[in-house]
Amino acid sequence: MNAVFEVERLNKTFGGLAVTQAVSLTMAPGDRVALIGPNGAGKTTFVNLVTGHLKPDSGVVSLAGEQLNGMNPMQRVQRGLVRSFQVTRLFPEMTPREHLALAVLQRQGRTGRLFGTFWSMPEVLEEIEALLRTLGLEGAADHKVAEIAYGQQRLLEIAFALALRPKVLLLDEPAAGVPQSETPRIESALAGLPADLAVLMIEHDMDLVFRFAQRVIVLAAGTIIFDGAPGEVTKDARVREAYLGSYADDRSAA
Amino acid sequence: MNANHPASVTGQVVKPRFSASADWIGLAVILAASVVGNLLFPNNLALLTRVIGIVMLVLSVDLVTGFCGVATLGHAALFGAGAYAAGIAAAHFGISDPFAMIAAGAVGGAVAGLISGLVVLRSHGLGQLVLSIAIVNLFHEAANKATSWTGGSDGLTDIAPSPLFGVFGFDLWGRTAYVLGIALLVIVFFLLQRLSRSPFGMLCRGIRQDPIRVAAMGASVKKTLLKMYIISGAVAGVGGGLNAISTQVVGLDSLSFTLSAQALVMLVLGGTGSLYGAIIGTVVFMLFEDFVSAANPFHWLTIMGALLVAVVLFAPRGIFGTSAQLFDQWRRR
Ligand SMILES: Nc1ncnc2c1ncn2[C@@H]1O[C@H](COP(=O)(O)OP(=O)(O)O)[C@@H](O)[C@H]1O
Ligand SMILES: [Mg+2]
Repeated sequence: MNAVFEVERLNKTFGGLAVTQAVSLTMAPGDRVALIGPNGAGKTTFVNLVTGHLKPDSGVVSLAGEQLNGMNPMQRVQRGLVRSFQVTRLFPEMTPREHLALAVLQRQGRTGRLFGTFWSMPEVLEEIEALLRTLGLEGAADHKVAEIAYGQQRLLEIAFALALRPKVLLLDEPAAGVPQSETPRIESALAGLPADLAVLMIEHDMDLVFRFAQRVIVLAAGTIIFDGAPGEVTKDARVREAYLGSYADDRSAA
Repeated sequence: MNANHPASVTGQVVKPRFSASADWIGLAVILAASVVGNLLFPNNLALLTRVIGIVMLVLSVDLVTGFCGVATLGHAALFGAGAYAAGIAAAHFGISDPFAMIAAGAVGGAVAGLISGLVVLRSHGLGQLVLSIAIVNLFHEAANKATSWTGGSDGLTDIAPSPLFGVFGFDLWGRTAYVLGIALLVIVFFLLQRLSRSPFGMLCRGIRQDPIRVAAMGASVKKTLLKMYIISGAVAGVGGGLNAISTQVVGLDSLSFTLSAQALVMLVLGGTGSLYGAIIGTVVFMLFEDFVSAANPFHWLTIMGALLVAVVLFAPRGIFGTSAQLFDQWRRR
């Protein structure tokens, strides 16, 4: 297996509380992995550690064979490690089309340009159009993000990440906050992700997890307690124990 | 990656939200306003030229505050640096060609912008505000001490710009300076309009709305802001240079905290984040100031204060921003 993303024995404590303990993980291009676990298990912290938003106490993160330790979040993104946020982070006064323009221009190293606009760059417009179509966002393309539905904002988060053409995509609860009626659209967006992209998705909605992932990793109290096929996860004794009491809360909260 | 490549191009043409004709209307309005200004104040062109210089300062504040979200109370450092650079070029180096003096002003302002940016951008939020005040005070003190270069508190004199194109002298009537000012404003406005729509301009607006999101797409927030600070410095420096040419003297007040604070007030009055807001705010503030201080020299500050309170409370987006919003609502109905 040629790994595109490798995490070796990552550790992090917050004031004595071990939030990440010896977490290791390897992913190949095209992998679809779901990272699950009760609230407070350390899932978001894990994403923050590998993207460089937090500094681990120890451990190694590498992307396509290159060590990322010591790089800032920006440099990691430039190398192809891209994340989405658990709570949507978009530019409220910009339209989806402008978001995607910015992402495409950034990938091409053209956001420093002082003159010209993306409106006169046919190849950029084409790429935006294709992304809008893939994600079903054509109708919302020219409305300010603050004025479009939350479900569409979540789709835009995914489109925005895709426009950067990542090697590894980390999705932090892509369906969080989306009304039940709109989750099928998120799900089909996830199903349509590029085949050679490695995707790690954090998600509470177990139906979504089972349909999306070939592999499930369960994190509890900062430790990986299960790493295997989706069909096995509910049978695992430690997973059941970890979720006892908290799983019911999670579902209602998710 | 299949999802990223367009399989085919849709025939549909998407139109930008701005139109080229609106740009030309904007420039035409500036030109028309300057003709009207000339007719209304034929004996006070010096005031109008000063307004144009300050418009450049306020546009410069708008670039970092309105576009990028970095608040500053020290932007006169950039304006004053431009004024002194142009003045020193003329008084000490015999560079008296007005265009060369303007160029010196732009460079001086850009350097001051670089220095300010390097200091201010080390901090965030309130810290930036404090550092910007510290910078303008340091610049002020430096100019005050370096008397052999700047004339200290007496001001820098002996600035005698040579005639424009070797023909039009800078006379007492101030007509040449006024025309030069309008020409510079039109050029600066045109360039900044381009800039605000450019990829760089979009990135700056992104930073104002969510810097963490910008970093998460792989762009450098700090480098971008520093670049904008330098551009902003050049714009303020052109205004300072114009002021040096027009008044033929540069004083410490051009490097003051007071001017910095007034510039921010003018921007808020007109509306942040739009070039029109910066221009309208400056024109209204300065003409109102001139009018009210002549009519009521004792209470003009109170009246200005009341005006500002009224705008912030009832038109929080400023005169231009609120008008544009009302117009938009009316049109959508
Ligand atoms: N910056 C922080 N400082 C201190 N504790 C934190 C910080 N961020 C997260 N934590 C703690 O780390 C644990 C894991 O949090 P998080 O990674 O957000 O969990 P999850 O995403 O799995 O719900 C929680 O107990 C949380 O309170
Ligand atoms: Mg979380």
